[in-house]
Amino acid sequence: MKPVEPLFRPGERVRVMKAYPLGHVRTPYYIRGARGVIERLCGAFANPEELAQMRDGLPARPLYRVRFLQREVWPDYRGSCDDTVDVEIFQHWLERT
Amino acid sequence: MSDLGKYAPLTYFQLMEVSLRELLVEKGVLSERQIEEAVADMRARGSERGARVVARAWTDPAFKARLLADGTAACQALGLEVPALRLIVVENTPAVHNVIVCTLCSCYPRMLLGLPPEWYKSRNYRSRVVREPRAVLAEFGTVIPAQVTIRVHDSTADMRYMVLPMRPAGTEGWDEERLAALVTRDSMIGVALPTAP
Repeated sequence: MKPVEPLFRPGERVRVMKAYPLGHVRTPYYIRGARGVIERLCGAFANPEELAQMRDGLPARPLYRVRFLQREVWPDYRGSCDDTVDVEIFQHWLERT
Repeated sequence: MSDLGKYAPLTYFQLMEVSLRELLVEKGVLSERQIEEAVADMRARGSERGARVVARAWTDPAFKARLLADGTAACQALGLEVPALRLIVVENTPAVHNVIVCTLCSCYPRMLLGLPPEWYKSRNYRSRVVREPRAVLAEFGTVIPAQVTIRVHDSTADMRYMVLPMRPAGTEGWDEERLAALVTRDSMIGVALPTAP
């Protein structure tokens, strides 16, 4: 099955969806709703939310590394304004800002 | 004489592991011996492979460029098998310090670094290093100057990460083997710096 086409390019600004579905999800809570920048496209991988339900997870979904400024993730962050956290996020969790 | 052993009932997950293992053996999918060998292999593996990769990157600029562009391919070129591992190598520089975590579980580049240390899997490390990395690093004795950017890498999905630390000063002319001895496991996770020569 053909993988899902990537929608985002490195450098593009995105927001992580603020959703709380049940089941196995690999988008950490702390990053939901946060805005970041696409750092790179990692490739296409089977959807872990489907794999956890014993399905094949296909078509494979684009997976990105998204870079977030710590100050935006944690408003009371103590440290440099440039400090970042990079998180791997599947395309279906991202929306353009 | 006092060592009578302790009896404790199996936990839920221990019971699940024993049941699965016995079923695999019973159905002839794996033998007891294969399982024992795989476990022994995993336990015996340390961080030497990772250290070898770092030492090569320190001495061979072309290899380093390749490693940063495609970690998996570069390791394969060194003859290191990294099955099921998409490796991203992140480079420490005078301006950037990298540190690795898996906030969801304990994803770790086992083929290069061996089994993860207990603290890497602890809730304490996993929840705090994304929230206050500078404080956590300081507890490891690693104080990162304010002007150096800290990048935390949360391995939440299919990638695995390894830090390429900076080559320590005073190691000019050293060969790979000597350099590799300075590369600690913790320096490749990013909570420490390589041993000073």
